[in-house]
Amino acid sequence: MRLSDRAVAWALIVPSLAAVGVFVYGFIGWTAWVSLTNWAGLRPQLAWVGVANYLSLFQTARFQIDLRNTVVFTILLVAACMTLGLGLAILLDRGVRGEGVFRTLYLFPLAISFIVTGVAWRWLLAPGDPATGRLTGINVLLARVGLPPLRWYTDPTILHIHPDSAVGRLLDQIGLGGLASPLWGIPVAMLSVVIAATWQMSGFVMALYLAALRSVPDELREAARIDGASEWAVYRFVLLPSIRPVTLSALIVLGHISLKIFDLVAAMSKRGPGFATDVPAYFMFEATFHGDQYALGASIAIVMLVAVSLLTVPYLVSGARREVQP
Amino acid sequence: MGRRSLLSGVVSVVVLAVLLGGLPVARAGPAAKLEIFSWWTTGGEAAGLLKLFDLYRKQYPGVEIINATVAGGAGFEAKPALKARMLGGDPPDSFQVHMGRELIDTWVVTGYMEPLDDLYRSEGWERVFPRGVLELLRYRASYWSVPVNIHRANVLWYNRKVFQANGWRPPTTFDEFFALAERMKAKGITPLALGDVGIWASVHLFEVVLAGSMSPQAYKGLWTGATSWTGPEVRRALQTMARMLQYVNPDHAALSWDQANDLVIQGKAGMTIMGDWVDADNLAKGFKDSGWAPPPGTRGVFVALSDTFGLPKKAPHRVQAVNWLRLVGSKAGQEAFNPVKGSICARSDCNPQLFGPYLRSAMQDWAKDAIVPSLAHGAAASETWVTMINDVMTAFVNDRDVAKAQAGFAKACRDAGVCK
Repeated sequence: MRLSDRAVAWALIVPSLAAVGVFVYGFIGWTAWVSLTNWAGLRPQLAWVGVANYLSLFQTARFQIDLRNTVVFTILLVAACMTLGLGLAILLDRGVRGEGVFRTLYLFPLAISFIVTGVAWRWLLAPGDPATGRLTGINVLLARVGLPPLRWYTDPTILHIHPDSAVGRLLDQIGLGGLASPLWGIPVAMLSVVIAATWQMSGFVMALYLAALRSVPDELREAARIDGASEWAVYRFVLLPSIRPVTLSALIVLGHISLKIFDLVAAMSKRGPGFATDVPAYFMFEATFHGDQYALGASIAIVMLVAVSLLTVPYLVSGARREVQP
Repeated sequence: MGRRSLLSGVVSVVVLAVLLGGLPVARAGPAAKLEIFSWWTTGGEAAGLLKLFDLYRKQYPGVEIINATVAGGAGFEAKPALKARMLGGDPPDSFQVHMGRELIDTWVVTGYMEPLDDLYRSEGWERVFPRGVLELLRYRASYWSVPVNIHRANVLWYNRKVFQANGWRPPTTFDEFFALAERMKAKGITPLALGDVGIWASVHLFEVVLAGSMSPQAYKGLWTGATSWTGPEVRRALQTMARMLQYVNPDHAALSWDQANDLVIQGKAGMTIMGDWVDADNLAKGFKDSGWAPPPGTRGVFVALSDTFGLPKKAPHRVQAVNWLRLVGSKAGQEAFNPVKGSICARSDCNPQLFGPYLRSAMQDWAKDAIVPSLAHGAAASETWVTMINDVMTAFVNDRDVAKAQAGFAKACRDAGVCK
C-alpha cells in the first residue's frame, strides 16, 4: 500500500475511532466511575464510596426480582424463538407454496420497534374485567371458545416450588431450601412479555436458519438420500450439524437483546404486579431519571454491561481468532 | 490522487472537529420566542394551556410560542426529558413543575432556578396567594416559581345515578366505605375503580387513606420526620389500604386513571378516589351525573398540589419568559386557564361564577379546610423519596404485607435523609 493511501485510510477511520472512543468507551468509563460514588440529586457529587452501591444493590429486593426476571425471560425467549424459528425455517425449506409471502410475513415484525410491539400486545393481552364481563383482545377469543379469560401481564402469580411440598422438603434436606421460594420461580405475567418478544424475534431466527439451510449444497442432501437416509436422518445428521454456527449467532443476538430489554416492557407491562415484569433496565431508568439516584443507576448499568459482555465477549474473541488464523 | 487524498484529509478533519468540538450551532430566527415545557397534552389540560397561549399572544403580539409538551400521566415521561435538557444546558424558557419538594429539592437546592422576588413584589402576589401556598414556594426567603392552579387530590367520585337508584350515600368513614363496598359487590358492581399503571395512582390512593387516618398535623409531620412511619397510624392506614384493594377492579395494573374513571361513568364501578382532574375528564366526556365527596376521614382536609412555572437560569428568551410568568400569576391568566383545566385558582380573588359546580365547591373548601401537601404529586416529598415509596407500594399492592411495607416506608424516609 502506498503511503498516501495509508494516510487516507487513517484519515477516514480516525473520526469514527475517536467518536467510538469518546461516546462508547469514554462513557462506559464515566458510568463505571459514577457507580463507585455517592451521586444522588441532579448536581454531580462524586465522593468515592467503593463498591458500596453494588453491595446494597444486590441486597435490594427489587433488583433480586429483576435478576430472576431477566433469567426467566432470557431462557424462555431463547427457547421459544429457536424452536419456532427452526421449525418455520424447516417448513419453508420443504418447499411450501408461496414461500415469499410467508417469509415476508414472518420477517415483518422485525421491521417494527419494540415500542410498537409492546403497545399492540398490551391491547391484545389486556386482561379486562371478568367479573363484569368487560373483555378485550385475545380474552374475547378465549371466551368465544368457552375458555376462562386470562389475566396475562397483570397476573401476580409466581410459579415456584413450595417449601412444604415434597420437592421443597427434599431441597431443604440437602441444604438447598432457599430454592423453594418465589425468588427462584417463574412469574406468570412474564409469559405475556415473552409471547410479544417471540412474535417479534422468531422470524429473524427463521430467516437466519433458512439462509443456512439453503447454503447447504443440494448434492449433500441427495447423497444422503441415495445412501438410504430417511428425511429425518437427513436433517439430523446432515443439515442440522452444518448449520450449527448459525445457532450460535442466533443465541448471541437473542441473548444480548433479552439481557438489556427495556422498550418492550416499558410499553407493554411496565413493572407488572409486584415487579413481576420488571427488568434491570427499567429499574435503572426509574432510579436515574425519576429518583435522581445516579450512582445507583450507574451500578445497574454496569451490572447489565457485565452480563452482556459475559455472553458476547467470548464469541467475539473466538471470531477474531478465526479471522486472524487462516 | 494527491489532491483527492488532501481533500479526504480535510473532510475528515472537519468531521472530527464537529464531533469533538461540537461546532456552535446557531439558533436561527428572531429573538422574540417563548418555549414552554409541560406535560399538558390531553383534554382540559391542553385546552387550558392553549387559553394561556392565546392570552399571551394578545398581550405580546409577535412572539412565537413553542409548545414543548411530553405526554404521560403525572409527568412520568416528561420529567426525565426535562432533566436531560436541563443537565445538557438546554433549558426551555419556562417549565411546569409541581409546587413543594419537587420544585425545591429537584431544581432550587441544586441551583438551576432564578429567584422571583422582584416579580412577586411588583405583582403584589404575596397578598393574593394564600399563606400555605407561599410557604411551599419559598426557600431561603425567596420565591422560586409562580403557581397557576390548585388541584385537590382527595376526592371520592361516584356515579350519582347509580347511587340514587340504590339509595346509597357517599361514605364518610372507612367503616361506612367498607359496608357500602359490600353492598356494591352484591349488586355485581366493582366498588372502587383503580387504574394504577405506573403505580402512581396507588400511591395517590394511599396518600388519601393516610390523610384520612390521622390528623392534618400528624400527616404533615410524616414529611418532616415529626410523625413516625413505624407508628400505629401508618399501620392502620396500611391495613385500611390492604382492605380497600380487595374491592378494586382486577385489571387495575393495566388501566390508567381515566380508564378507571370510565368504569364509574359506565356504572360498572361505584366509586373512584382520584384528584379533581376527574371533573374535567367527566365534562370532556359529557358525563353529567358525577357526584363527589371528601373520601373517608378527610372532611375538612384539602390534600393540595399545584402546577407552577419557574424561570430556569440561562433561559434563552428571558424577557418573554418573565412576561409569561406575569401572565401565569395574573387574575386574567388564572381565570382563563382554570375553568378549562378543571382546577381552581391559586389566587384567592378569582370570580367563582366562571367555574362549574364542582370547582365552586372546591373553592369554598380551599378557603376553609386544613391544607396538606400531596405525596404522589410532588408537594410533600422529594422525587427521590417518591420513587422509593413507589417501589414499596408496587410490592404492597401485590402482597399486601403491612409489616413489610411499613418497614419499607421507614427505610425510604431514612434514605431520603428526613428520618433518623
